[in-house]
Amino acid sequence: MNLWERITTIDRRIIYLLLTIVVITPLIIKPKILVRVSQPVRDAFNAVDQLPAYSVVMISIDFDPSSAPEVQPMLLAILRHAFKKDLKVILTGQLALGLPIGEIALNQVAPEYSKVYGKDYVNIGYRPGYSALMVGIGREIRDFFKTDYRGTPLDSFEFMRSVHNYQDIALLVSLAHGAVADAWIQFAGARFKQKIIVGCTGVNAPGMFQYYSAHQIEGIIGGLQGASEYEALVQKPGSATLGMPAQSTAHGLLILLLIIGNIGFLISRKRGKR
Amino acid sequence: MLNRSLPLLIVLFTALLLIVAFFIPHKPFGDLESRFLNWYAIISGFTFLLGLDSLTRHHLLKVFRQEKGWFYSLLLVISLFATLGLGLYSWFKFSSPFALRAPFMWLYKYMIIPLQATMFATLAFFIFSAAYRAFRVRNLAATLLLIAACLVMLGNVPLGGSIWRYLSQFVHLIFPQFDLTTLYRVELFALLKDWLLAIPQAAAGRGIGIGLALGGIAMALRIILGIERTYLSS
Repeated sequence: MNLWERITTIDRRIIYLLLTIVVITPLIIKPKILVRVSQPVRDAFNAVDQLPAYSVVMISIDFDPSSAPEVQPMLLAILRHAFKKDLKVILTGQLALGLPIGEIALNQVAPEYSKVYGKDYVNIGYRPGYSALMVGIGREIRDFFKTDYRGTPLDSFEFMRSVHNYQDIALLVSLAHGAVADAWIQFAGARFKQKIIVGCTGVNAPGMFQYYSAHQIEGIIGGLQGASEYEALVQKPGSATLGMPAQSTAHGLLILLLIIGNIGFLISRKRGKR
Repeated sequence: MLNRSLPLLIVLFTALLLIVAFFIPHKPFGDLESRFLNWYAIISGFTFLLGLDSLTRHHLLKVFRQEKGWFYSLLLVISLFATLGLGLYSWFKFSSPFALRAPFMWLYKYMIIPLQATMFATLAFFIFSAAYRAFRVRNLAATLLLIAACLVMLGNVPLGGSIWRYLSQFVHLIFPQFDLTTLYRVELFALLKDWLLAIPQAAAGRGIGIGLALGGIAMALRIILGIERTYLSS
């Protein structure tokens, strides 16, 4: 086996080791990075930023802990933005395992802006059967959520008394890692003309571009990069900004390996033909 | 005869009713749609119980029969009921399992979140290794895919911006008439990534989406008209 053939068949343990090194090193060194804000993220930011104070924003936690490292920074940044703008936040979730993440985030961000549960934000929890719920909210939110997640009636919260359906929700934010964002767009967006922004994992982001370019959603925050862009816009760098150098070096390593591997492949093929 | 035709008639009647309800969202049809959706939500809730029953039965049988990997099944059953127990306890004690001081939240924060995140992160290693082995320029289509993937990867991270700044300096050195600040601002990799995602990728995505929707409609029609009957077989 010659050198080029060896390169095309590197032991996977070497690749794992290289990846570990290029991911860990930037996390230790913490180099400063320049974040370029893309248009879809800027549009998402503007959709929140242009809302008048005291508007109601519904944030749906449609991801679970497996995607939290990518999507949780978006949730924190959006909550900071919303509270800074004095928006009222309704938190819900279409994945039972995702909702506690929202509760943790609310309890982390709300005290930073002296926001009070029930007055500035509520967590209405989770109900199974999300497509039914999405259509049902178009009629009356109380058909599905009579109480918040603690069992307190929704009408005991002052700002919730005037919230009945999508007409009373200025913006819907779906933070998703699967098909739930599509369902929000199809049911709440297409049917009830609800304004929506989507925050999703890097893998799901390309699938959202068809909705974005058709103006069916206001903006997209895609993956860790999107989260770091939103953090830059709210001027509060967090775990996404911290993680971007590691993602950057990992992408760089993969591109380098692909180039080397393909050079090896082409040379081996050429020699084989001879 | 009735065993076969009655379910088909129920399906046909329900489907027609829902189609009418969708296009006439007024009483009595609008209310019917809401009622059907509520039933759907209730049935969805009960599927959790069905899942719990099926999972427990399957793994308990494995434990009792001492089949291969029975120990993992035992761990699964113990974890399942420990989670359920802690959730119920937290519900009674703190009025919600999601209360920050509840024991369920401790389990969630220190067990479920790290375990799920670790599982997902491990995927990166496999994808990395698989991409290295599989991404070969065997033909034109594979070459285009590889180039597009590299451009998206570069455009998606700050590294792409850094490489572009070095390239700009190089271009400026050869062609001094090009203004360096303007070249910096172009951010070629990010621009190409945005274009790839917004135009060719979105077009392909739409095509697939429309195809899926048409397939879904065709399948729904087949079920409504009783042509597709596999769901009836036991």
